[in-house]
Amino acid sequence: MKPDSTAGIAVEARGITTILGGQKIIDIPSFQVRDGEALMIIGPNGSGKTTLLMSLALLIKPAAGEILYHAVPVQTPKQILATRRRISVLFQESLLLSGTVWDNVMLGLRMRGVKKEAAKPRVEKWLKRFGVANLAKRQALTLSGGEAKRVSLARAFALDPEVIFLDEPFTALDSPTRRSLLEDFEGVLRETKVTTVMVTHERNEALALGDRIAVIFEGSIVQTGTPEEVFSTPATEEIANFVEAGNILHGVVEGGSEGLATVRVGQTEIEACCELPAGNRVILLVPYDDITILLTPPGEKTTSARNRFPGQVVRLFPTGSQMRVTVNCGFMLTALITRKSAEEMGLKEGVSVVAAVKAVSIRVIERH
Amino acid sequence: MDLIIEGIVQAFKLLLQGDPEVLRVTGLSLAVSLVATGISLFIGISLGTAIGLTRFWGRRFLVSLVNTGMGAPPVVVGLIVSVMLWRSGPLGVLRLMYTPYAMIIAQCIISLPIITGFTMASIQQFDPKLRLQITALGASRVQMLALLLRETRLPLLAAVMAGFGSVISEVGASMMVGGNIQGQTRVLTTAIVLENSKGNFGLAIALGIILMLLVYIVNLVLTIAQQRSKAR
Repeated sequence: MKPDSTAGIAVEARGITTILGGQKIIDIPSFQVRDGEALMIIGPNGSGKTTLLMSLALLIKPAAGEILYHAVPVQTPKQILATRRRISVLFQESLLLSGTVWDNVMLGLRMRGVKKEAAKPRVEKWLKRFGVANLAKRQALTLSGGEAKRVSLARAFALDPEVIFLDEPFTALDSPTRRSLLEDFEGVLRETKVTTVMVTHERNEALALGDRIAVIFEGSIVQTGTPEEVFSTPATEEIANFVEAGNILHGVVEGGSEGLATVRVGQTEIEACCELPAGNRVILLVPYDDITILLTPPGEKTTSARNRFPGQVVRLFPTGSQMRVTVNCGFMLTALITRKSAEEMGLKEGVSVVAAVKAVSIRVIERH
Repeated sequence: MDLIIEGIVQAFKLLLQGDPEVLRVTGLSLAVSLVATGISLFIGISLGTAIGLTRFWGRRFLVSLVNTGMGAPPVVVGLIVSVMLWRSGPLGVLRLMYTPYAMIIAQCIISLPIITGFTMASIQQFDPKLRLQITALGASRVQMLALLLRETRLPLLAAVMAGFGSVISEVGASMMVGGNIQGQTRVLTTAIVLENSKGNFGLAIALGIILMLLVYIVNLVLTIAQQRSKAR
């Protein structure tokens, strides 16, 4: 007997094409969300992230293909309504209705026919869990952005959903509110282990919350994997660019031995760990935080790094406690170092430095 | 000036003394207009919601008809209803001409496009994302409709005010299909026209004041209801 390939799959899209306004937005042959996982959908603006989420959440009807919940196709209006009542969807805006906070959290439960006595403890529990129990009697439309988002989260979780879908839920919030909400939300996900599908364009959110990441480009899924896989070894140059995995250099393999290849990038030879034959065109991905900046004059063997590129600092850009240092080594290389290091080294534009990179830190992507 | 003061004094006298004819005319005005508004509300809200929510062939034409109907002159409506209900007309067999029922029909036709138009506009202006959220919460069609109407109650109350205001104050249609028969189809507006033509300006002003008071009281009640629901 063939093993059941759909076991443990909460939601599945088979051959879905979604057309909006006469334009094909997504075309996905196969997509699966596993039971209990937190799957993050990332991609550039207009790539079809939200359309995919809406299609999976049965809010947009695909022009072709089918959506299955636990291996059961959802097709008829009756099945769609029944399935919608097993899931929760959260949008970028909190989208609360008039009435009190309590009324809003009760709303979905009332629609599902949950009796008042049974609903009450659930509403109380989730209002408390998201820290808004004290607002229960407040008019929902008078809440601040952060409070409203907490209420919408409580409304979603009070439904005890099998799957929760979120479309960039924390985008419109200020930084401290977002951070504290994210912490609470992460805690709830860990406790409930509810299957989660979330669209985000925030790298940190995807890293913090995701068990798996799906990258969507122009309506197609181009890579799925763990956050580590997607961010460290992006499948294509576009993905590497999008996830800001590091410096992207174009080169040609010149030769190599014992798993160490020499790649020519402009006039410079770069050593990277790969076993590709000479003549292959490749993309080298050099992570920003794997580059060491040295003041030592070039030529001196003071580091184990195989690659040492002499150059001049052309740009310093502070980002929080870190500093992005761009060095012109014949090609541009950006390193991420601490601000403190930059200050101690006296880095400024025009200073001569050496950018050192270990061969093992460089990811090699074959160009097709 | 004396004429106006005399009219005001007479109005209060008529009201305080409980003049039976004035009470009958006022009662009939209120009854005809409330029933007509009620019927229009039922049909207009259903129709306005349907047009606002759905897309179908000929929708734009229907919307333009509704919008035109919002400005339809009552005398034209009166003429159409008269022709239909005339003894030799298509609905003459019903023998409704010169009865309060004919006036209700005419007033329904006047207020229906107003209520339909207001409903349609408020439903169309309802945030589509909020509608999507209601759908996502698992609302059935009936639950969705109930919530939509609840959320658009402010503009809908404005529709009720506009609809009632348009019929309580119209005179052309009531005169044409009701005939202004004393004790049967005489309402405030037709009585004012009659008294004015007879030169009884004092009585005409008195009836005018009563009509204005009536309109004010009904709108006051509706405004209080509207503002209360706004605060909620």
